[in-house]
Amino acid sequence: MTERHTLSVLVEDKPGVLARVAGLFSRRGFNIESLAVGPTEHPSVSRMTIVVAVDDFPLEQVTKQLNKLVHVIKIVELEPSASVQRELLLVKVRADPTVRSQVLEIVDLFRAKAVDVTPEAVTIEATGTSDKLAALLKNLEPYGIREMVQSGMVAVGRGPRSITAAAIRP
Amino acid sequence: MTTANPRSAPKPAPPPRPAPPAKPAPPARTEPIHPPAPRFDHVPMTGAQSLVRSLEEIGCEVVFGIPGGTILPAYDPLLDSTRVRHVLVRHEQGAGHAATGYAQATGKVGVCMATSGPGATNLVTPIADAYMDSIPLVAITGQQTRALIGTDAFQEADITGITMPITKHNMLVTRPEDIPRAITEAFHLASTGRPGPVLVDIPKDVLQEETTFTWPVEMELPGYRPTTRPHGKQIREAARLMTSARQPVLYVGGGVIKAEAAAELKELAELTGIPVVTTLMARGAFPDSHPQHLGMPGMHGTVAAVAAMQRSDLLVALGARFDDRVTGKLSSFAPNAKVIHADIDPAEISKNRRADVPIVGDCKEVIAELIEAVRAEQANGRADLTAWWAELDDLRRRFPLGYDWPADGSLSPEYVIERIGAIAGPDAVYVAGVGQHQMWAAQFIKYEKPRSWLNSGGAGTMGFAVPAAMGAKLARPDDVVWCIDGDGCFQMTNQELATCAIEGIPIKVAVINNGNLGMVRQWQNLFYSERYSNTDLGTHKHRIPDFKLLAEAMGCVGLRAESKDEVDRVIQQAMEINDQPVVIDFVVGADAQVWPMVAAGTSNDEIMAARNIRPLFDGDEPAIKGTVTADTKVSTVTAAALQEEAEESGAS
Repeated sequence: MTERHTLSVLVEDKPGVLARVAGLFSRRGFNIESLAVGPTEHPSVSRMTIVVAVDDFPLEQVTKQLNKLVHVIKIVELEPSASVQRELLLVKVRADPTVRSQVLEIVDLFRAKAVDVTPEAVTIEATGTSDKLAALLKNLEPYGIREMVQSGMVAVGRGPRSITAAAIRP
Repeated sequence: MTTANPRSAPKPAPPPRPAPPAKPAPPARTEPIHPPAPRFDHVPMTGAQSLVRSLEEIGCEVVFGIPGGTILPAYDPLLDSTRVRHVLVRHEQGAGHAATGYAQATGKVGVCMATSGPGATNLVTPIADAYMDSIPLVAITGQQTRALIGTDAFQEADITGITMPITKHNMLVTRPEDIPRAITEAFHLASTGRPGPVLVDIPKDVLQEETTFTWPVEMELPGYRPTTRPHGKQIREAARLMTSARQPVLYVGGGVIKAEAAAELKELAELTGIPVVTTLMARGAFPDSHPQHLGMPGMHGTVAAVAAMQRSDLLVALGARFDDRVTGKLSSFAPNAKVIHADIDPAEISKNRRADVPIVGDCKEVIAELIEAVRAEQANGRADLTAWWAELDDLRRRFPLGYDWPADGSLSPEYVIERIGAIAGPDAVYVAGVGQHQMWAAQFIKYEKPRSWLNSGGAGTMGFAVPAAMGAKLARPDDVVWCIDGDGCFQMTNQELATCAIEGIPIKVAVINNGNLGMVRQWQNLFYSERYSNTDLGTHKHRIPDFKLLAEAMGCVGLRAESKDEVDRVIQQAMEINDQPVVIDFVVGADAQVWPMVAAGTSNDEIMAARNIRPLFDGDEPAIKGTVTADTKVSTVTAAALQEEAEESGAS
């Protein structure tokens, strides 16, 4: 069954590691839906959150191939129910003084923030699951979306355990 | 052109060098990785000297390469090294394949070196070849100076980017003090786990800079932990299946040779009585003379080997990867078989065919543990394989490997290859190119020992043979090395004959000269209505080049045979020449074809023992009984169907 999988990949913070990971997906014929990279609590380790839509069987193959990359330290699949998954959205909405209060009401309802206001537009910052952000955008659309940018998903497992602690030997 | 050719660029003034430290005694060569080397602590030297010292300390005996602008600093201290021999090849592709031949013939890491830009890109084909066949190879390339990287500087190529998909790992060294660690890691990665090529790219100014040399160094590979010990539970489950299966087959791949597990394999085979097939990469892993050996499976495998796999109820895959050339159409491959799949690379297991019992581990340890577990299991009884063997023996008897003598009276290529094998014997090393001659060499030479058959299996690299034979002969100077090449392949890399002649590497080359790109011509004959588009090389029609004269021009002995009665004589003559390379132009018939054959993309059940003779089709009865001849015309229906499939799969 084709479904979205969220992979957390711990990698060594080395030049070219993003190209190695991205290249592996493309040459083995897998499409990355979203990818986010950033530092971790260990200075030498970066963490990638990769969202990919594949069947279970090719997913096994792609994680095995990823594991073969020398700079990949550990791969964990995060189940939506057992993890917190967030994306960041910045969206510039047309909002002259006549409709601004309506737009700001939507911002409040979605617990988003207005981060920049001009006479013609409001820039809104929102975080959440992709479903929540999609719903926000749907509500803002009637006013006119001038520009938007969205991050890849980042995710962390629920509970006290850390996937980095066990993977990084002192 | 105003730029100087850096291949002939003047050598930069050597940097001031401190007095070299006293050379330690050479380390023992039995263990190529981490010999018990003496320790060095911050000895001052240049990056280039550090590179050569690292190669010496890690046990590298020979480097194949060509100098050029950016790698020049490394060639200066190489001139003084008494422990590393450099072989100056004529083309970087030759350096890469020679390093591969060296590695395949010995199991040690092969090393090649090239300059930046075109020098490095010329290594791409042999690196891709080594990646496909899991060869331990280290490629060292010069790179433009750090300040110029990314500026499209002269002879700059992003070789780490280019080789990312075809190396096990690669690295760009940006600090001279990192060189010993880079070399240590490169050799470790290349030779452990599933072996493969590793490229180390070093900018020129990193080689020139003053630094210090420390040895040995700690590796920093937190993400690299290959599993070699198999899981005990899986081993017991495998042993249970192997003891109870009624139609089992040991499907042996190149991993058995890489793991040096031939002795263990023989013990396991004899303990269980299970029939053995050896893939193209595993020829020699199990003696051809052994009664349990059914031969090679796959597209040009024996009928018995292909049939055994198709009809088996248990495939025991050992260091094999269910390549499409072995499985044929995957959905109809061995439909009733359970699969035990042992491989050191977890990504190979269940990649093409789902494994019922996956075993991750080194074949030597896996097979050794299987032997113990099977012994224990056999105490509770074992399945009777008599009926299975009767069936397979019948197929072996009815469809042995064979060939017809060409009707036009020309020389049979199969005969030539068979005679070379018979005369040179099982102690020789045989190296093939890619095409018909490769398949015939895999079929008609009898291999008894591992590392006696070297070829380009996964990548199918034409031009592999001459340089790979050179590397093999250099590694094993006391063994006879026969390069069996086609006239097409030979014209791709024969410049390395000059290297062989000058460096004193007396290989023997048999050019199986059928005047054509033979395998492509065979496909045109079978699937393209005998329309021979661009496969006639003119080596018959015009005798261009004249291979005998070409050999002589290259400093080799040139011989020729055109009839059956000349064959043994020229082979004997070549066997007696041991101070010079020998090239024999065997002028053979153009129409000989490789049989049996499973057309690309079709089911293994449709294997043809010869044209239109499909022994496994329509149940157990052969489609045509009696004598197998190669002249039987393909029925139009079959030919059309095959052509369709062939176009889908592409020619090999």
